[in-house]
Amino acid sequence: MNWEIVMGLEVHLQLATQSKIFSGSSVQFGAAPNEQADAVDLGMPGMLPVLNEEAVRYAVKFGLGIGARIGDRSVFDRKNYFYPDLPKGYQVSQFFAPIVCEGMFEVPLEDGTLFPIRITRAHLEEDAGKSVHDLFQQETGIDLNRAGTPLLEIVTEPDFRSAEQAVAYLKALHSLVTYLGISDGNMSEGSMRCDINISLREKGSETLGTRTEIKNVNSFRFVERAIYSEYERQADILESGGTITQETRLYDAEQNVTRSMRSKEVANDYRYFPEPDLLPIVIDSDYIEAVRATLPELPGAKRTRFTSAYGLSEYDAALIVPNHAMADYFESVVQLCEAPKPAANWILGDLSGALNRNDVGVEESPITPERLAGLIVRIEDGTLSSKLAKQVFDAMWEGEGDTDEVIAARGLKQVSDSSELEAMVDEVIANSPDQVAQYLAADEAKRKKLSGFFVGQIMKASKGQANPQMLNALLLEKLQNQS
Amino acid sequence: MTDSTLLHASVSHLRQLLKDRAVSSEELTEACLKQINATNEALNAIITVCPEQALESARAADSQLAKGESKSLTGIPLLHKDIFCTRGVRTTCGSRMLEQFVPAYDATVVSKMKAEGVVMLGKCNMDEFAMGSSNETSFFGTVKNPWDLSCVPGGSSGGSAAALATGMAPLVTGTDTGGSIRQPASLCGVTGLKPTYGRVSRLGIIAFASSLDQAGPMARTAEDCALALTAMAGMDDGDSTSANLPVPDFHGALNPNLQGLRIGLPREYFNDDLNADVRARVMAALSELEKAGASLIDIDLPHSHYAIATYYVIAPAEASANLARYDGVRFGYRCEQPSDLEDLYLRSRSEGFGEEVQRRILVGTYALSAGFYDAYFNKAQQVRRVITEDFRRAFEQVDVIAGPSAPGVAFPFGAKQQDPIAMYMEDIYTLAVNLAGLPGLSTPAGLINGMPVGLQLIGKPFDEQTILNAAHRLQIDTDWHTARPNLEAITS
Repeated sequence: MNWEIVMGLEVHLQLATQSKIFSGSSVQFGAAPNEQADAVDLGMPGMLPVLNEEAVRYAVKFGLGIGARIGDRSVFDRKNYFYPDLPKGYQVSQFFAPIVCEGMFEVPLEDGTLFPIRITRAHLEEDAGKSVHDLFQQETGIDLNRAGTPLLEIVTEPDFRSAEQAVAYLKALHSLVTYLGISDGNMSEGSMRCDINISLREKGSETLGTRTEIKNVNSFRFVERAIYSEYERQADILESGGTITQETRLYDAEQNVTRSMRSKEVANDYRYFPEPDLLPIVIDSDYIEAVRATLPELPGAKRTRFTSAYGLSEYDAALIVPNHAMADYFESVVQLCEAPKPAANWILGDLSGALNRNDVGVEESPITPERLAGLIVRIEDGTLSSKLAKQVFDAMWEGEGDTDEVIAARGLKQVSDSSELEAMVDEVIANSPDQVAQYLAADEAKRKKLSGFFVGQIMKASKGQANPQMLNALLLEKLQNQS
Repeated sequence: MTDSTLLHASVSHLRQLLKDRAVSSEELTEACLKQINATNEALNAIITVCPEQALESARAADSQLAKGESKSLTGIPLLHKDIFCTRGVRTTCGSRMLEQFVPAYDATVVSKMKAEGVVMLGKCNMDEFAMGSSNETSFFGTVKNPWDLSCVPGGSSGGSAAALATGMAPLVTGTDTGGSIRQPASLCGVTGLKPTYGRVSRLGIIAFASSLDQAGPMARTAEDCALALTAMAGMDDGDSTSANLPVPDFHGALNPNLQGLRIGLPREYFNDDLNADVRARVMAALSELEKAGASLIDIDLPHSHYAIATYYVIAPAEASANLARYDGVRFGYRCEQPSDLEDLYLRSRSEGFGEEVQRRILVGTYALSAGFYDAYFNKAQQVRRVITEDFRRAFEQVDVIAGPSAPGVAFPFGAKQQDPIAMYMEDIYTLAVNLAGLPGLSTPAGLINGMPVGLQLIGKPFDEQTILNAAHRLQIDTDWHTARPNLEAITS
């Protein structure tokens, strides 16, 4: 049978505020257990939440970033359930009236086309702590450092029809939130966690099949693999005449399978009701406009500008723009060297290669935008051949100074002096009478091939520094004069 | 000066004595501690006494007084209801669940009053988690009414009311979620004020029902309540529901001139259900106010009869969530040898909470459950708005609304314990005030067969001043508030 996959995503995004959503505790990653949990985070008797205004601003930024409607009066609710790492026995979330209402997010696909995803809502909530099962024998440790970390839960409509679309959405979302500066989007540290709601239906059918929810997938690659694996599982069941059980599943990356997380098929009753300890968040148009004024240029607009103003291809723009730091790097280089295409080529080629090999971000690149621009200037003015330029690049990566310093220290300057070149050409011709004779006897087509010998000899003599264009012209002229 | 005079003096009077150095805070504190020693065994009004800490604060107060650097309550002994978190001093909330709980922080009320110079003597007994109207639900045993040891003191601030009436302290704090200051004040013959919701910070007060809880003072006079309210009140960045309004000097602004004051008498309170003796006492008090220049006007609060049902959905619903944190994991009571997580939850909560608390958690959980939310919680929220609107309309006609504080005088132990509904009816005149977030006050209105009864005065939002003025005038014109229980049988 021909199955169509239907998916909606829920992303839990950790907001990059200084402190927690309802307490003054720090949210720094990696502190010793419970060092970043105060009386509020511990749910001590009599403690009350106080809303972090920064979290509200970040949520509004996100809403504006996807062109969503901002709820003018959003309300916090208590979501009640017992778990040892949930200190109060309820999570403060937004159920009835979220801060970000319906919106539309345009996701760029690899071919440069845009794919619209409907955002259902995004709401603010607090994260729970962590249960640590593997540190103690017969006991579970509770670490409440994460409890109260501000989260924005972003929910989409079931608009995804392929794993590629889902991954493209997550990458675009990651790009957007880093542009907005509201999250580091770091999936491996849990700053961005993805739940996938997934069901299958016969191609052409309008009704949705029974869905499962895969919880807490924490990398782009795992999202893709989890979807494929769950697709296979559901298709197998349906094709053998079975039915899908609505349940929560976990993706096991090692085995590449999804596993049922809760054995019992009971819908949790969270008994949501408005949180009486917090006032509704009232947002007026002045506030919205003030936040809007702080929005940076967002990825979509930047892609358009990079293609029109710098003449980049859609493909190059789509590679550079999603990484905000890389886009900034690109623009700094272009401002200094005024050569956008070579800049893009260097950044996407050698620079990205070196950054990936060394696992550093572009913002920590040992080659600054100034230095890369200096290199490109020396290529453009003919000082460096592309071969020499690669040497200079490697030397700069190793910290040997800027382009001109490397050229001077290594004596890498391209020989473009015509009398110097002429002398070298004359010497090689004089030392290679046989090859000259062969050359002269050959026809046009063969001559081109034979000239390679002379170029090689001269390059060897010049240690690769001969200007290739000048050399070619000079050699041709001299050889022809031999006849 | 005899101890007895000291022990029954008002805060205002004691302030003068302290200022004049006629008595030292240390002497006063010692007298209170002596009275606690002598009477608490019979009354069980106090859970924790802190004599050394109190005497130390008293001596510090005396040196401030000597330097003329005193604040509004410097050197005045005080007892807190054991629902206020006190740094380093056990705070039980009347529950086994918190029998050993020692907070690392002070409630805002506690720190504000400390800053005004009070001397904290200890912590008062109360109904468990403030759930009760008779003080019979406390894990630490019932509090006896000093007017009749076979009767309840009211609740949930029953320990506070009984301690005050007995002279253990001239000033006590309470909290009022559905009448828990006003009803015990009425049953013990003292003055108790529940301020407007948001007037006093809830930070550090162990939550029962967050949208209803409000702390307030209980004292021998309305004037003392005004003094204490000024010390307790104010915007707190740590409580988002505290009102961002300036705090008037309620004491300095006390004005006994009631000329032109319009007092509304809700027909729904003064109907045939009202006990005839209570009606007689309340009407006698109101005619005193009339003599002082106030006019009495019949008004309607047409949805009053929904107050109990509404309250007993909203308060348990909020409580069911507020009390979820007592799970045996981080603090509080934990059962012995739990076999697994569910067993830990089940037994810690079954053993740590008493019957009434468990009943309310179950009721609240039910009211919020899927399929019942709209019929119960949502409906109750709607009715709450209707009840609030009743008051708003009534206050277009009148400045103060008056009624009884409680349906009767103190009742014998056990009389209502087996019948939760009968117990809930104790708060029939007080609950609506919490639902509407209004200020309410109970002031003594004389005795029925030797037992005190209170007049309740309800004010407009944030207009505590007017009800304090009216009670103050009543206390100038009558001596009901000076009636004292006979302590001879109690004192050991």
